[in-house]
Order: sequence, then structure tokens, then C-alpha cells
Amino acid sequence: MKTETETESRIEIDREEANFHYDVDYKHDAGRGLDEETIDYISNVKKEDEWIRKFRQRALKIFNKKEMPTHWASQDLNSIKFDEIRYYLSAGEAPKRSWEDVPDEMKETFERLGIPEKERKFLAGVEAQFDSEAAYSNVKDAVSEQGVIFVNSSEGLAEHADIFRKWFGKVIPTGDNKFSALNSAVFSGGSFIYVPPGVKVKHPLQAYFRINAEQFGQFERTLIIVDEGAELTYMEGCTAPKFETSTLHSAVVELVAMKNAKIQYITVQNWSANVFNLVTKRGLAHEGAEVRWIDCNIGSRLTMKYPGVVMKGEGARGEVVSIALANDGQHQDTGAKMIHAADNTSSNVVSKSISVGEGRSTYRGHVHIPKHLKGCKNNTECDALLINPKSRTDTYPAVTVRGNQHSTQHEASVSQVSEEQIFYMKQRGLSEAEAMSLSVNGFVNDLVREFPMEYSVELKRLIDLEMEGSVG
Amino acid sequence: MSSLEIINLNASINGAEILKGLNLNVPQGEVHAIMGPNGSGKSTLAKVMAGHEDYEVTGGDVLLNGKSLLEMEVDERSREGLFLAFQYPAEIPGVSNANFLRAARQARLPEGEEIDAVAFYKEIYDKMDQLGMDRKFTGRSVNEGFSGGEKKRNEVLQMMMLEPSYAVLDETDSGLDIDALKIVADGVNAMRSDNRGFLVITHYQRLLDYIVPDYVHVLNDGQIIRSGSKDLALELEEKGYDWLKEED
Repeated sequence: MKTETETESRIEIDREEANFHYDVDYKHDAGRGLDEETIDYISNVKKEDEWIRKFRQRALKIFNKKEMPTHWASQDLNSIKFDEIRYYLSAGEAPKRSWEDVPDEMKETFERLGIPEKERKFLAGVEAQFDSEAAYSNVKDAVSEQGVIFVNSSEGLAEHADIFRKWFGKVIPTGDNKFSALNSAVFSGGSFIYVPPGVKVKHPLQAYFRINAEQFGQFERTLIIVDEGAELTYMEGCTAPKFETSTLHSAVVELVAMKNAKIQYITVQNWSANVFNLVTKRGLAHEGAEVRWIDCNIGSRLTMKYPGVVMKGEGARGEVVSIALANDGQHQDTGAKMIHAADNTSSNVVSKSISVGEGRSTYRGHVHIPKHLKGCKNNTECDALLINPKSRTDTYPAVTVRGNQHSTQHEASVSQVSEEQIFYMKQRGLSEAEAMSLSVNGFVNDLVREFPMEYSVELKRLIDLEMEGSVG
Repeated sequence: MSSLEIINLNASINGAEILKGLNLNVPQGEVHAIMGPNGSGKSTLAKVMAGHEDYEVTGGDVLLNGKSLLEMEVDERSREGLFLAFQYPAEIPGVSNANFLRAARQARLPEGEEIDAVAFYKEIYDKMDQLGMDRKFTGRSVNEGFSGGEKKRNEVLQMMMLEPSYAVLDETDSGLDIDALKIVADGVNAMRSDNRGFLVITHYQRLLDYIVPDYVHVLNDGQIIRSGSKDLALELEEKGYDWLKEED
């Protein structure tokens, strides 16, 4: 018989450490499929105001009306069976302020994923979402005393309706795309954050999104408003167990950086290979403000995600730093959108992708600088690394620059780990897999440094795990 | 006891036979030089010993400490104690010299054992000082943007850190000015010991002024056609390779 400690440490080194799920009695289950009744069900459970119900109903109509974007995106989108998905599952309990009070199976889930430990070590606050609702939500006293609000979206809507409503759906309108409409119809969970003027939140706030149920859709909605001169770093992590059937994750994340504010939004996703991850993320940067997206996409069956920044005020800055790793059977379709809407705005996009086996990575960039502006700058670099002969990468950069008082720069490269490199490393005693991992880590090394220490270590480990099965 | 024996080795690339029955025995602690004209098979020998997949071994064997290297993967050969200093070392962008050497050292430890980072850095700094390498090189990507001389020095540094039982130096003198050559040779000489053998492959006699071999072998058309003392190298320098070919 194994002791408890042995089992724990075995889990830690297991390459499928996030691949587990618990049987949970869901008190609230909206059933399979999506129609007006589903929305009424969600709205009733959440006891929402009438305007939110109407917002959802309208979004459903837009979702139904919009075509799948398969004229440019992967045909694999057609494999999503919207009628079989469960759109809302919750245990019907309010998020707990203490891990002690979190139901056992949820607490164990997050413990196995190391969340409470990270919280103790270096986070200012944590929200842990289990399927449709947060199981745990807490922010350290020192942070809440500064007036920082960090709650889930339902609580944000109920308790802080004035600020919430002002910005909700304003950065990403419901009809932005089919999946932003879907999220607007059935959203649940996600974070609402408000940082008052001048408050610089020292440690990151973190949300963790866990999918536990099979044939389920997770639709968190995040709205972050950082007021004048304030600063925030927010991190999100996501995992799901591996199921035979597909799972849908479709989030909408809206960021608002007021004058001279700074927001850094960091994502480390490690979805299992059955997840369709179709996420819309955009930030609005006012005068002198800065919005940075730091994004690491590992896992999933298909990820489509193009974080954007609308630079609305003079001197605003936008940045996307992204790493994507597409393994066998996976397609990472990622990129960035930089919309310059004021003078002297600048944007930077650095994207690195790795395709392993028959994995495919796609970069789509959209940079828009209109004619009436002056002094705008964009720099885009996208590099792809191909590991095996059947690995694939595509780049679709669209840069529209009108007027002649701007500067843009675009660099792209595709490289392969050469046989000579691998031979050299093997001659020093490294196995082929170790050599490959080292090369890949080397390729993304300069971007990994952008992540906070605790996450860069995790990132390296995730890359090692992904590379393990890729050779031989 | 360590030993290196090359027995009737035949190897080809893309169907063209390069090594044609090569025999060589390097006893423990000795330094043997292999000289030969371009195209004689010198670099092929180094690559075949290390296990490069472009080459096909069609006959014979290479025994390191009595074990057949040909049966082993490239990395196993390394861990068994064979080191190849490359003529053209590969560049590994983004991987620092220190991390690379740590990984190589780690690969030699039993499962579950970890390298002592403090001791490792002390050791690598000592050896870099010995080779006249700036300590900043620990943080630079392996060989990336290095000059020819820096690359060769880095090869010797790796050799010093991995402490092989046999080292094959493939044209280590190429691309080196005389000062760099001396430093590299000093590094190799410092590594000479009763339980470590060297196979020094070179086109020119010059290197052997600094790394003085116990024996010199002349390779021509895939076979060793003459073996002798270090004076053979001087004779070759004077008379050229054609002298031996004609005599043959």
C-alpha cells in the first residue's frame, strides 16, 4: 500500500498531472444544448437583473445568426456539437473565502494543481473557478484595504453594477465574433477587478479556471478596470482533464487601462487535447496607458486567440508577447491585434511558436494605423520553430498603415532544430529528448523571461513534458 | 583500465567508401596524432566514432574500454567516456553555456541526484580562467556569435568539464591564431594524464609543436599507411604527403 505522501509526490512528476477529475453532484445543471430556456435557467440561478437577461437573450440571437468563421479559420470548428454541450454546471454555493470551506473534491482539485501553495507564496489574491462558478475567492487584506475589488463576474454585477455596466461589453461588443456572442449569452464566472486611482498592486492577482465535467462549456467573463495611474498584474491558469469527447472553453476578457495606468495580463494555459479554446481578449488603453498581454498556449485541440489592444489615448502602448506549442493533433491559431487610434501610440508584438510532430501553429496579426494620425509605431516579430518534418506553421500578418508619419517593422522567421545541433548535444551525453527540450527552451528563452519567476519555471517544465514524446 | 581499439573499420557515406579497414590502438594515457591529406578520411573517423548518422559502418569495430561503441547511441558513447571536440561546433541559440554543461553533467548522474550548483560554478570559473575565457561566457548562448578561436576554446572547456576517458580532437587547430592555439594546447596538456587518452586529428604539424604526441599515424585513402614517433610529423612537414604516397 502506498502512503499518502508517496501518492502526492507521484502526482507531481506525472506528465499528465492535470488529467484527473472528480464526480461532483451539481445542484444546478442547465442541461445539454442552448436555447432561450438555457439562458433563463442561468439567469434565474444567478438571480440576475432584467437587463442582464436581455443582454444574454440578445447575444443568443446574434450567436445563432453569425456564421462559423470557417472561410478563414479551421474547418475543425464544425466539429463542435453545440447541442451536446452543457452550458452551466454549479454546486450552487457562493465562493468561499477560506480553503477550509471549499467542498472537498474542489479543494483537492486545486491542491493538486498547487493553487493554495502559490497563493501563500506570492499572490495578492486568488479566484479559483470550478466549471461554471468560483469555488474560492479571496484577496489579501492589505490589497482590499487599498480599495481593490477582486470578485467573480456575478458578484461584480450585483455589488458594483455602476462601474461594471459602464465598461461591460464596451471593449468587446457582443457581436465582435460568433464566440464573443456565445460567451455574452451564457457567461458565468471570470473575474471583475477594479483598481482605484494611483494604487499599484505589488503582487499579482490570479484566477485559475478548471474544467472538471465532460462535454461541458466554460464561459468565464473577465472585466478588469485599472484607474488613473494605477498598476496591476493579473495571471490566469487553465487546465482540464482528458475526455474522449470535446470540451469548449470560450472566454471574453476585457481590460480597461485609464490614463497612465498599466495592466499586465499573463496566461499560462495547459489544456488537455480535447478542448476547443476560442477566446476573445482585448484591452483599451487610454492616454499614456499600457496594456501588455503575455500569453502562453500549450495544449488544446484548437486554440483561436488574438489578444488585442486599442490604443485610444495619445501615447498609449500595447504589447503582445506570446508562446505557442502545437503538439500532434493540435492547432494553435494565435496572434495579435493592434489598433492605433491616437497619435504617438506604439505597439509591439513578439510571437514564437513551436510545432511538434504533426502539430500546426498559425500566426495571425492585425496592425491598423489610420491616415489621420501621426507618430505611431509598430514592431512585429514572429518566429516559428519546426521540430519534425511534418510539423506545420503559417503566418498571416496584416499590416495596414496609412499616412507617412509612422514607422512599422515586421520580421518573421521559420527555423528547424538542425540535426547537427542535436548530434552536438547528444555527443555531450544528452538524450535526444533532452537535447530537443533544451533547443526548444532556448528558442523561447527570451520570452520565458517575461513571465514571473514562479511561472517561468513551470513553463519550462511544461515544455519539457510536451517535448518528451516528440522524438524517436 | 581504459582502452581504445579501432579494428578493421570500414565506413561509407552515401555509398562511397571512406574508411577502408582502419586499425589503431590507443593505450591508456597516450596521445596519438592522426595526420593526412584532405579527403583521407580524418574527419570521417571522428564522426564515425561519435556515431554520426550520415555514416554507415560496413565492417569492423571500435572498442572503448572493451565495449563496442558501434552498438551504442551517440549519447551513450559520450557517457561511456568518449568526447569529440568538433571541427565546426554547432550553435545552440538561447541555451547558455552554463546550462548546457550543467545538463551534460546532470546526464551523467544517477537518477534522482542533483548537481551542486555552487560547486559547479566554482569549477567552471576555475577552468575558464585557465583557458583565458571571460566569465561572461557562462551566460552566452552556446557558440552563438563566437569567433573561431572562442568556439575551439569552448570545446576544450567542455572537455575539461566532462572529463572523458578518451578525447578525439578534430582539427582543433583550424581557425586559431598562434596565441589561441597555445591556450588551447595548454588546456589539452593540462588534461593529459595516465588514465586519459587523446586522438589528435590535424592536417598540419604546427599543433603538434604544442601538443606533443606519443605516436603519429598517417591516414591516406581510408587506411593508416605509416606510424611513427613525433619525428614523423616533422618529416611530413618537410617532404609533404606525396612523399609517403609515392613510397606506397
